[in-house]
Amino acid sequence: MVLSPADKSNVKATWDKIGSHAGEYGGEALERTFASFPTTKTYFPHFDLSPGSAQVKAHGKKVADALTTAAGHLDDLPGALSALSDLHAHKLRVDPVNFKFLSHCLLVTLASHHPAEFTPAVHASLDKFFSAVSTVLTSKYR
Amino acid sequence: MVHFSPEEKAAVTSLWGKVNVEEAGGEALGRLLVVYPWTQRFFDNFGNLSSASAIMGNPKVKAHGKKVLTSFGEAIKNMDNLKGTFAKLSELHCDKLHVDPENFRLLGNVLVIILASHFGKEFTPDVQAAWQKLVAGVATALAHKYH
Repeated sequence: MVLSPADKSNVKATWDKIGSHAGEYGGEALERTFASFPTTKTYFPHFDLSPGSAQVKAHGKKVADALTTAAGHLDDLPGALSALSDLHAHKLRVDPVNFKFLSHCLLVTLASHHPAEFTPAVHASLDKFFSAVSTVLTSKYR
Repeated sequence: MVHFSPEEKAAVTSLWGKVNVEEAGGEALGRLLVVYPWTQRFFDNFGNLSSASAIMGNPKVKAHGKKVLTSFGEAIKNMDNLKGTFAKLSELHCDKLHVDPENFRLLGNVLVIILASHFGKEFTPDVQAAWQKLVAGVATALAHKYH
């Protein structure tokens, strides 16, 4: 699955629109993931996961910053995310199914904050983008 | 069997009351076909599905989307008995339509995304969680009679 020029353009435009809200959206997507898919909480026994948690917000910003990096390197996701890919494979070992849950909640978050821009074509491009990032992050698992 | 708390039921029914089923149904099915193009395999006789705008404007997509979402409305009236409510439809989707149940999960998630875009802030994490439980329950119920 390859990002077309149109997909890349849609992803970049979305990220430009999100601007400084990226961190906030990352936190919200995590909160949504923990609420809707409780099994995901098993990866954060060391976190306070109650609503408004500072740890969740901080972690959301980390995730968002990584996605911003990815959005700026759509022509070389494996290169740009290599270190994170190593981290997920050797240290974090998050089961691949969970990337789908977080990706879905990222889409929900973006749709709720930017409904006008979230057209079917943009929705498709973002789904592909998150899927591509997920693939890279799990690519060294075995 | 899925059990819904009073709060979860309230989260679902209060939002559903404000949904335009015809519009939302068309949008949900349309987005499924746009975002996951392989799902078009079930709709060879739907005519022009060649672009996102063709799909979203296609009258057969809209009509079928309305049918699907109207049926979903039945689920909301019977949240305590999803398997019973969808037994016949489950047989139909297996024996006649030959639809992989993964497609029910995909459509359910597209529906959740549409609700988020329509309701914005009102679609809180807790409201979303109740809806995720419902769409998962419907998908499971529709797959229940598969053999």
